[in-house]
Amino acid sequence: MSSSRPLAYVHSRTAVLANENIDTDRIIPARFLTTTERTGLGKHAFEDWRYLADGSDNPDFALNKPAARGCQIIVAGHNFGCGSSREHAPWALLDYGITAVISSEIADIFRGNSLKNGLLAVVVSPAEHRWLLEHPGTELRIDVAAGSIRLPDGGEIRFELDEFSRHCLLNGVDQLGFLLRQDNAITAFEKNLEQAA
Amino acid sequence: MSARTLLDKLWDAHQVVAETAATPGVLYVDLHLVHEVTSPQAFDELRSRGLTVRRRDRTLATLDHSTPTLPAGADGRRPYYTPEAESQVAKLEANVAEFGIDLLGWDSPDRGIVHVAGPEVGATHPGMTIVCGDSHTATHGAFGSLAFGIGTTEVGHVLATQCLLQRKPKSLAIHVEGTLQRGVTAKDLILHIIGRIGIGGGTGHVIEYRGSTIRALSMEERMTVCNMSIEAGARAGLIAPDDTTFAWLEGRERAPKGAAWDQAVAHWRTLGSDEGAKYDQDVHIDASAITPSVTYGTHPGMVMPIAANVPKAADALEQKALDYMRVTPGKPMAGEHVDVVFIGSCTNARLSDLHAAADILRGRKVAGHVRMLVVPGSEKVRREAEAAGLHEVFRAAGAEWREPGCSMCIAMNGDLAQPGQLVVSTSNRNFEGRQGKGARTVLASPLVAAASAIAGVVADPRDYLDQEAAA
Ligand code: SF4
Repeated sequence: MSSSRPLAYVHSRTAVLANENIDTDRIIPARFLTTTERTGLGKHAFEDWRYLADGSDNPDFALNKPAARGCQIIVAGHNFGCGSSREHAPWALLDYGITAVISSEIADIFRGNSLKNGLLAVVVSPAEHRWLLEHPGTELRIDVAAGSIRLPDGGEIRFELDEFSRHCLLNGVDQLGFLLRQDNAITAFEKNLEQAA
Repeated sequence: MSARTLLDKLWDAHQVVAETAATPGVLYVDLHLVHEVTSPQAFDELRSRGLTVRRRDRTLATLDHSTPTLPAGADGRRPYYTPEAESQVAKLEANVAEFGIDLLGWDSPDRGIVHVAGPEVGATHPGMTIVCGDSHTATHGAFGSLAFGIGTTEVGHVLATQCLLQRKPKSLAIHVEGTLQRGVTAKDLILHIIGRIGIGGGTGHVIEYRGSTIRALSMEERMTVCNMSIEAGARAGLIAPDDTTFAWLEGRERAPKGAAWDQAVAHWRTLGSDEGAKYDQDVHIDASAITPSVTYGTHPGMVMPIAANVPKAADALEQKALDYMRVTPGKPMAGEHVDVVFIGSCTNARLSDLHAAADILRGRKVAGHVRMLVVPGSEKVRREAEAAGLHEVFRAAGAEWREPGCSMCIAMNGDLAQPGQLVVSTSNRNFEGRQGKGARTVLASPLVAAASAIAGVVADPRDYLDQEAAA
C-alpha cells in the first residue's frame, strides 16, 4: 500500500473504550507481530479483551456490544496508543473497520503511524472528551477538511490537524513519493556531509 | 546565534529541508537500524515500487525479537516458537541479501538486541540521527544522538530516501542532582522519573537528562535511563556526550579511527546545550531521595518505592489495574509471591546489569518455586559474562542462562509467563499481557530482580547487600 485511500468524512456512531493508556500491546498483542503482511490483523485487534478463554466473544468488551457493531469511530481514554512503535496497531484497527480514534491525548508514534495509513487520530479538549466518553453511540460526522466533529444536535467540536496531514488524508497522498521528489536536496545535503567529514 | 539546546543543534544539523506551516521538514537519518518484526512490509514496498536502499552503508540489521533463546538442536535447527517466527527471520535474511544490507545474523559474533548490539559495535555516535522501527531506539540518545522509533511506513521512507518527514518536537529538561544511594540503580532513577512526570508527561517532547547525577552515570547506566524515555511518552531521550561517552566508544569496530576520531571528538564536545539555552519545560529531581522501586500496576507510571505500600486507586480504571495485578492498596509490594524472574531486555541486559545480579546471587539459591531466566543482551555480553564466570553463578543458583534476544520482554519467541503468574522483570513494559496472556509484570532493577528470585517474593536488595557488607 503506497498511499492510503482518500478520507474526507467519517460518519458513524461511536464506541467507547474508556480505559486510559490503552497501549499498543492491548491493541495488537506482540504474539501476532510475526506477520509479514499489513492486512489480516483485524481479527486480532484487542484480542485479549475481545475473546473469552474458549475463543467466543467476550460480551463485556465494549466493541462486542450489539450497539457498537459496525462503529467506525472509537472514543478512547486519555493517552491512547502509548507503548511500542508497531504500525501493526493502526493496521489492526483499520482492518477491524475503525476509521477514526478520538481521545484527549494520543501517543506520538501511534498518531503519526495512524495518519500515514488513513486512520484519523484526533485530539479534543478534556471537557469535550469527557462528554463523548459519557455518550457512547453518539452519531458523529467528522469533517477532515474543516477540522470539525458535528454532533447530532448540531453542536460542533473542533480539532487540530497539521496542514500536511490534512492534505495527505484528503488526497490519499503518498508521502514516500513526496520524499522521493526531494532527491536533489537530499543529494546536496549528503555532499555537504561527506565534505565535512 | 542565540543559545541552543542539544536538541536544537542535532535538529539544525540534519535538516535537509526546513519545515513550513504547510509541510513538515525533511530530516536526514545518519543510521538506520532494522530488525525482523517491523521491516518486512517496508522491503515489500521498496520491491513493489522498484526502489533500492539509498544508503546501505548507513543501514544495519539484526535479529532479536522472534529469535529463540534456546540453542539449536543436534540437527542444527533452531527451536523457533512458531513457523511464522521462523519465516519472519528468514524474510529479513532474504531482504538484507537482496538489498545488500549488513546483518548481525545468526553467524555473527555481534548479534544482539538492536539497542544493545548497535552501540556495542560502535555504530552509534554522538551527534547522529538514529532511527529504527522500534520505540526503544531512544536508548541511543545516551550518546548525545537524536534517536527515536518510527513505524514501518517510515522504515520504508528511510530505506528509500534516508530521510523522514518530521516536525520538530518540544524540549523537556530533566535536571537530576544528588547521589544515588546504595542499592539504587539507573533503573530506579528512570522509573522514579516516569512516576513523577507520568507516562504521557513527555508526549510531544524530547527529554534531555542533565545534572551531576547524570554526568556521574556510566554509559550502560545512561542507556538504561534513555531507553525508557518512551515510557514517559517522549520519543527520544538525550544526554550530552562527554569523556565517559568518548572513552566507551573509542576503539569500537564502527567508531572513527585515527585523525578522524580526534576530529570527531572535537566536534562532539560542542554538542552539549549552550549556557542559558531555554527548554520548553524543566523538571528537577533529587536523586538522593530515590530508593529501589517497583511497579505495582499495569503501566510504568504506576511505580513506588519498594518499602512503601501500594497507593489507593485514584479511580475505577486504576482499581482495574490493581485488580489485574491482584495487589491491595495499603499493603506493600515487598512480600508478594513471585513465580518468574526475568533479567534481560534492552533496558537491563548489559554486562554491568548481569554483574549486579550475579553479585547478589553468588553463593545463594533461587527459591524453589521461582523460574528465573537470564538472557544477555547480545553475543558480546554473553561472551564477556561467560569469561567472567557469571553464567556459572546463575546456573549454580538455579537460573536458566539463555542465548541473546528480546525474549520475555515481549514474549514473541515462546519465552513467556503463564496466565496469572507474577514476573519480576528488568524489562521496560508492564502492560497487561506483555509477558504472556494474563501475566502480571513488576518492573524493577537487576538488583531487585535477583533479590526477589532468592526470596521467592518481591524483595528489597538492600537486605542482601547489607549481608554482604557484614560478611
Ligand atoms: S528488549 Fe524488549 S523493548 Fe527492547 S527491543 Fe526487544 S522487545 Fe523491544
